[in-house]
Amino acid sequence: MFRYTLHRLLVMIPNLLAISLITFVIIQLPPGDYLTTYVNELQAQGESVNEEKLAFLRQQYGFDRPFHEQYLTWLFGMFKGDFGHSFEYDLPVTTVVGDRVFLSFVISFATIIFTWIVSFPIGVYSATHQYSWGDHGLTFLGFLGLATPNFLLALILLYFANVYFGTSIGGLMDPRYLDLPWSWGKILSVLEHLWVPVVVIGTSNTAGMIRRLRANLLDELGKQYVITARAKGLHPFKVLVKYPLRMSLNPFIADIGNLLPQVISGSAIVAVVLSLPTTGPMMLRALQSQDMYLAGSFLMYLALLTVVGVFLSDLALMALDPRIRLEGGVTR
Amino acid sequence: MSEAPRRRKAPAKPKRRPAAGKRGARAADTLPHFTSSDPFDPNAVEVLTPEQERYFTASQWLLMWWKLSNHRLAVISGAFLLLMYFSVIISEFVAPYNLHTRNTDFIYAPPQDVHLFHDGKFIGPFVYGTDYLLKMDNLERVYTPSPEKVYPLRFFCLGDQYKFWGEIEGSFHFVCPTEDGTLFLLGTDRLGRDIFSRIVYGTRISLTVGLIGITISFLLGVVIGGLAGYYGGWVDSIVQRIIEIIRSFPALPLWMALSAALPVNWDPILIYFGITIILGLMDWTGLARAVRSKLLALREEDYATAAMLMGARPGRIIFRHLVPNFLSHLIVSATLAVPSMILGETALSFLGLGMRPPITSWGVLLNEAQDMNAVALYPWLLYTMSPIVLVVLAFNFLGDGLRDAADPYK
Repeated sequence: MFRYTLHRLLVMIPNLLAISLITFVIIQLPPGDYLTTYVNELQAQGESVNEEKLAFLRQQYGFDRPFHEQYLTWLFGMFKGDFGHSFEYDLPVTTVVGDRVFLSFVISFATIIFTWIVSFPIGVYSATHQYSWGDHGLTFLGFLGLATPNFLLALILLYFANVYFGTSIGGLMDPRYLDLPWSWGKILSVLEHLWVPVVVIGTSNTAGMIRRLRANLLDELGKQYVITARAKGLHPFKVLVKYPLRMSLNPFIADIGNLLPQVISGSAIVAVVLSLPTTGPMMLRALQSQDMYLAGSFLMYLALLTVVGVFLSDLALMALDPRIRLEGGVTR
Repeated sequence: MSEAPRRRKAPAKPKRRPAAGKRGARAADTLPHFTSSDPFDPNAVEVLTPEQERYFTASQWLLMWWKLSNHRLAVISGAFLLLMYFSVIISEFVAPYNLHTRNTDFIYAPPQDVHLFHDGKFIGPFVYGTDYLLKMDNLERVYTPSPEKVYPLRFFCLGDQYKFWGEIEGSFHFVCPTEDGTLFLLGTDRLGRDIFSRIVYGTRISLTVGLIGITISFLLGVVIGGLAGYYGGWVDSIVQRIIEIIRSFPALPLWMALSAALPVNWDPILIYFGITIILGLMDWTGLARAVRSKLLALREEDYATAAMLMGARPGRIIFRHLVPNFLSHLIVSATLAVPSMILGETALSFLGLGMRPPITSWGVLLNEAQDMNAVALYPWLLYTMSPIVLVVLAFNFLGDGLRDAADPYK
């Protein structure tokens, strides 16, 4: 167990380094840099550009240095907790980002919990009532959630939340709480707004989870020990819960690896539609204005969240199911 | 080898037969020896009925087709998808209006319903014309159907001008409005463009994105996964690492970053291919993994060794001998991967990072329905949702059916 954990941790280091390199390449990809965008904007507004100031800024931000130097500066800065400078806001990235990273995490976490809560009973019902109308209906509902684009569902739900519950449109809390410190009322307000994104992001993932749980449980239910237990007259509920259900719980843990990137992807676009104060909308704007360090930090953070999440899910899976012995090579 | 002749001889001289024969001969004292003169076919037991013969000699693909055709939902989905892809070829005929036609008198007009009966009389499919009223207090446009204006639909008719695939001039449509009437089956948008026509044109872009994207990711997945699985060793571990890294990026933010990197001044067609390639480049990992794990097992088979000994090159062994073994499984995975690409394109275009007008995809159409007004006042702008949902559902059902059919010998 300890050796495996250590091994996984060691593998994570080169992975994260590679991820940081890819991230940096991607945010460097657009032709030009923030300054060219900035100059274009100024010229479009008919203002003159001070060449000297431009040269100074270029040197200040290190745009004139070769690629690998810029990358290394950025990389080592991150170790020291310095994620670079956001040009658009003219502030350090960490200050600009603020609470957003945390709220992103809250939403992802809540969504995964929601996915579990919804797909668990449905999956069990579908498996125990295979080919019944309920099974078909619920499966179809799951598929429908999978097929509906998240962002549209978000728009529609938001509209109805506003019409029927009076929830304020957009954001993650009532506008009056925006600048207040955290309080009970603020938390309640956040919860009131949270359900829309959570439901929206969750629906697209429940379908897959339901199907996997159903398939696993069906496999288990067909095994001989279940038949024996039934033949001996064990109560059907106990037959179900005592062993087969436990055996088929693996996907709930093992799937975090697949679920997490999907949830984060989903939340990115839903957050834009609902203008949630999470990473999504800010990242979109940063990408569009070539605010490269800000965009890069978000991309890096989201990848980090995934890598760590997968790592934790692998550990949890091993603790949960003693049959699994992951040696060196990792299977997800 | 020395075992073989002895084994073959064994049934030829059964020791107990003569004894049994003798006992039979003693019994024959009472009964005359009987030999049937009927023609004797030693294979009589094994002769197949034509039905069985058809089944046993059917090729693998035929078996799969039979199995698939039992899956009703999958067949319906497949037919629906075929229809959709067929409409992609002839979008210009299907759409009653041109993609860019503006009906400036009908801005944000609601959908017109198709009726059959007017005043209790049957006059075939027609729509009612609309009366337009601008409410001066809130500047709301109100359209009310007026029962006096009856516009029968024309079929196989000449109507709006278009260029077929941007090349050939034409004006032939399957259905058009009367000369002075309108036909907005799904309403119009902020410029008075017919939404139904725009959805039909958008289908061309959105559906082909999925197809080209999956082709790219399929090729990449099979080649890279094939190399990793066939060679194993360090090639395999490098490929595994790369896959792991790519998979740890959440797809959508990565797509966003990459498509933001496409230069703004590119031609829309170039952007289209750029987006497709981005979608395809990120999706091959799952397929590569499947190919790799299958190949790791298959390369140990005797026929692979035989091919190797006969001097076949790795490429030939992989693609000629090994991959066809699980091609059907690959096709299933590919089918199931198409919807995520279609949704991905829609999401990107919706955010304004994907396709840009004048190229019209479903995502571009939805981009206009981005604010609350659309949902509250012009809900017909959201109709674009239905083809997306239907196509994604159809791909999923078809994939499910194919998965069951992929292994016909089970």
